[in-house]
Amino acid sequence: MSTTILLQQLVSGISLGMLLFIVSSGLSLVFGVTRIINFAHGSFYMVAAFFAWTVANSLNYWVALIFVPLVVAMAGGVIEMVLFRRIYRAEHLVQLLLTYALVFIIGDITKVIWGLLPKSTSTPEILSGGIMVLGVVIPKYRIFLFVLGIGIMIGVSSFLGKTRIGSYIRAASEDAEMAGALGIKVPRVFTLVFMIGVWLAAVGGVVSTPIITIILGVDMDIIIQCFIVVIIGGMGSMRGAFLGALCIGILDAFGYLVLPRFVIVFIYALMAVVLIVRPRGFLGKSAE
Amino acid sequence: MTKPERWKAYLPMLVVAVFVAIPFILSEATSILLCEVFCLCLFAVSINFLLGYGGMIPFGHGAFYGVGAYSCALMLKKAGLPFGFAIITAPIITAILGLVIGFFCTRLAGLKFALLSLAFGQIVWAIIYKWYSFTGGDDGIIDIPLPMFLYNTTYSYYFIFLVVGIALFVLWRITNSTFGWTLESIRENAERVYFIGTNARNYQISAFVISTFFSGLAGALFVLVSHNAFPEYAFWTKGGEGIIMVVLGGMFSFLGPVIGSFVLLFLHTFILSQTEYWPFFLGAMLLVIMLFAPDGIVGVIGRKWAFEKEKAN
Repeated sequence: MSTTILLQQLVSGISLGMLLFIVSSGLSLVFGVTRIINFAHGSFYMVAAFFAWTVANSLNYWVALIFVPLVVAMAGGVIEMVLFRRIYRAEHLVQLLLTYALVFIIGDITKVIWGLLPKSTSTPEILSGGIMVLGVVIPKYRIFLFVLGIGIMIGVSSFLGKTRIGSYIRAASEDAEMAGALGIKVPRVFTLVFMIGVWLAAVGGVVSTPIITIILGVDMDIIIQCFIVVIIGGMGSMRGAFLGALCIGILDAFGYLVLPRFVIVFIYALMAVVLIVRPRGFLGKSAE
Repeated sequence: MTKPERWKAYLPMLVVAVFVAIPFILSEATSILLCEVFCLCLFAVSINFLLGYGGMIPFGHGAFYGVGAYSCALMLKKAGLPFGFAIITAPIITAILGLVIGFFCTRLAGLKFALLSLAFGQIVWAIIYKWYSFTGGDDGIIDIPLPMFLYNTTYSYYFIFLVVGIALFVLWRITNSTFGWTLESIRENAERVYFIGTNARNYQISAFVISTFFSGLAGALFVLVSHNAFPEYAFWTKGGEGIIMVVLGGMFSFLGPVIGSFVLLFLHTFILSQTEYWPFFLGAMLLVIMLFAPDGIVGVIGRKWAFEKEKAN
């Protein structure tokens, strides 16, 4: 009996971790290349979740999963070109507060469009129900999240590591000036990276809809969790984000078994301890 | 003394006179709003002490405002301690916590400092939020008993005005002392300050403790206005609000955050009376400031004055 509960918690921890990974990998990627910590990352997640609710209700879930992240990423690209491009060289405080301002603006626009009522969508039919593994029923949707998370991990890593555009991105993140001197159009690379980051946030937003209630304020919840993930894993590191997200997911799931009320304290404490003992995180590059 | 300079010398007295007269001229609601502004004003100035003078971004400072409010509230409500003791001890408790957190935060700089202060702030918030038996959790602490005279809005207004006034004067003296100047030079170049034989980190820790002391005092005073304490006081967005006040007014001057807190709270009250979409206006305003005037209202006015002077010459 107790092993069943432990296994169930493990599964739910891993799938929460996968969701966190999908969202925070975008944050980490954008930070790694542009050095901006984007508070509005969670806002893109929230907008995508609401948008997915609309699309899933009128069409279906799969259309939402393909269509919504692309549209949100386009919008993100426009915001990057209009706003972010002006602050890449600005001070940390200016960067933080500009993205913080976007949180307020996007939050209110979401409120105008979708209102205050919480929304939820049902799991698509193919993925509803569960599979028996080792005497535990694992919901199919959680397996889907797991596969999607691994897929995104492999997909984004090989895009960065093996393609020509990926090498441009890595060059621009190492030394933007030198990359520019060698003929790489750095501003375009930054826009592309930002759009990929927003796309990842939006994918996270869409796939969260069947398991998390969509409500105003999830932007703040998710962005703080993403901060924790990228700090623990190492800012700018894809594998770090994966590791950090799994840690938080599993810690969260098992914490609820042991000390349900103080889980959140442990998670913030883990973030503080990592910053004190190893400021660059598990897999981050050397401290800056 | 030329004419404009004499005018400047009388200005502080004029400002004090106006504030003393306000409870007699304006409505009770305005006095209560002003009490709130005074508390947030002190909070903003204490944040700017770290942000503008020390070059540290304290994203978790809401926690200290909350700890100040909660220590004052708990001492009055649960322990039944005398009011005078509570209002003096609350900032001291906050400063002791500030010493511990500041010790760790000042090991880091830049973004990492901001994130570590955020992490610590959220730990404090989570403890307040979840420890029902001690803090009342998300129910907060309500109906905090205060001495009789503070239930009178006018007396309470004068009390808060007086305490905030003294606190601001002390902070102003600190920023204009050798301590303040050393802090500013650490902001500019910590390494050089270290080379001339000054322990930069001790200065930063001291600045953190001073800042948290006054944040705690601001929180404790706010209890006199609200008569309640809620976990939101300690949430990181409270610190974010303080930072917005600082940059709105101008972070490189002492008066900037004071002006910022007045402007922000009055805008808040005015816009909320017109529309529910206050966050949109706040965001748009912040965006414009960050893009076009990162030195805030005081900075813009200062530049304009300098420009006019240039033109006059």
